[in-house]
Amino acid sequence: MKIGVLALQGAVSEHVSMLKTLGVDAIPVKSKKDFDNINGLIIPGGESTTMGRIITKFNLDEVLKEKIENGFPVYGTCAGMILLAKRIENYEQFSLDVLDITVVRNAFGRQTDSMEIDLDVKGLDTPFHAIFIRAPVAKDLGKDVFSLAEVEEGSVFVRQNNIFASAFHPELGKDPRIHKIFIEYINKSKI
Amino acid sequence: MVRIFGSTQLKRGLAQMLKGGVIMDVTSVEQAKIAEAAGAVAVMALEKIPADIRAQGGVARMADPALVKQIMNAVSIPVMAKVRIGHFVEAQILEAIGIDFVDESEVLTPADETHHIDKWNFKIPFVCGARNLGEALRRISEGAAMIRTKGEPGTGNIVEAVRHIRLVMDEIRKIQNMSEEELYVEAKEIGAPIELVREVKQLGRLPVVNFAAGGIATPADAALMMQLGADGVFVGSGIFKSSNPRKRAEAIVAATTYFDDPKILAKVSEDLGEEMKGLDIRDLTEKDLMQVRSE
Repeated sequence: MKIGVLALQGAVSEHVSMLKTLGVDAIPVKSKKDFDNINGLIIPGGESTTMGRIITKFNLDEVLKEKIENGFPVYGTCAGMILLAKRIENYEQFSLDVLDITVVRNAFGRQTDSMEIDLDVKGLDTPFHAIFIRAPVAKDLGKDVFSLAEVEEGSVFVRQNNIFASAFHPELGKDPRIHKIFIEYINKSKI
Repeated sequence: MVRIFGSTQLKRGLAQMLKGGVIMDVTSVEQAKIAEAAGAVAVMALEKIPADIRAQGGVARMADPALVKQIMNAVSIPVMAKVRIGHFVEAQILEAIGIDFVDESEVLTPADETHHIDKWNFKIPFVCGARNLGEALRRISEGAAMIRTKGEPGTGNIVEAVRHIRLVMDEIRKIQNMSEEELYVEAKEIGAPIELVREVKQLGRLPVVNFAAGGIATPADAALMMQLGADGVFVGSGIFKSSNPRKRAEAIVAATTYFDDPKILAKVSEDLGEEMKGLDIRDLTEKDLMQVRSE
């Protein structure tokens, strides 16, 4: 199995090394041809406006959207959640328009409101230590979207079939359980 | 659920989110919006850009908090602002208005010739300049969550930035080949804590994100810094001192992502209009150099 990490900007190497510690082949991807040989894609944290700008400038939007709409496994963290969302509250910016949520950017506030919490995640026996950095939340979840974790402000981990998105950054910690959920899904969907 | 704020993980984490990106100096709401639309990962709110600070002389201080707040309200990306070296009250003021990142910067006139700010005392992250590994590790030991190699600000001349990033990367490579007893001597010689020197050996890089700064004016300059090992770039005077800031800003953003693709670099470097004039470092006297303002 090979998982690509969208390498336009942001915490790319952190996802790559997390995947490698789990024994998964991981490569940074940043042009159309890179998408051919991967079984899944992670869109990392970073700035959603920056990545959106590059995606449109270099015409990556069509290939990404088409793949995801045809069932290609994708997991977006933080900025990745914003880029996947169908609706973005208060901001006019690019998104791939595939995940049926309304995303609230900087939902907790600015950097002073960035936080670490022990988060209950559906399917995990013990809480996951989650790192939120200028994070968004998801609300108005569509009927095919399941919430896997919530805080007071909204949903912070969601799944819609082949699309996973978290507002927090499992790649910044040492706990691989969130990445494992994604990897297990890819393994199952290949059969 | 207990919420933890202001931890080292959160400070360094924000810097990690900026990697592969361009942080642009802006002096107005209008410039901040241009920078955001062009794809900047953050903006540095300033009263004057380094080239003008250099030209006008006098004491350069923290920007007016009203201006910083206007810029914070105008864009969705993180906003940074500069404080004078050692001026912890300027940093307290910026923390009070909710700034995302503080740059303790040699571009402003230093407030303390001996001490840097004790950055562990703050909930917000700091970025500091460095010309070599020892300087970088001293700033990290004081609590810096991000480093930028200094270059020579406001010159539009890349030569000092190249010198500094090459030196840092070279020292890191050297440390990776050292034995434990050699590490103690190296720590003493570069004036850095042994724990951090050991961490550099183990990681093969700085323990925090390391951007390049000081003299980047073209897409090729940005890509050069990335190929030399920088995690991202700061562009100060290079954008808004050029004839077409929007186009140049976008081109530098693209060049920072596709730094290893000469075909894309060629394409984005076309027709950018006039770049900032720039200065020959050899024409500057010791007094003019900003990079030597702290160690």
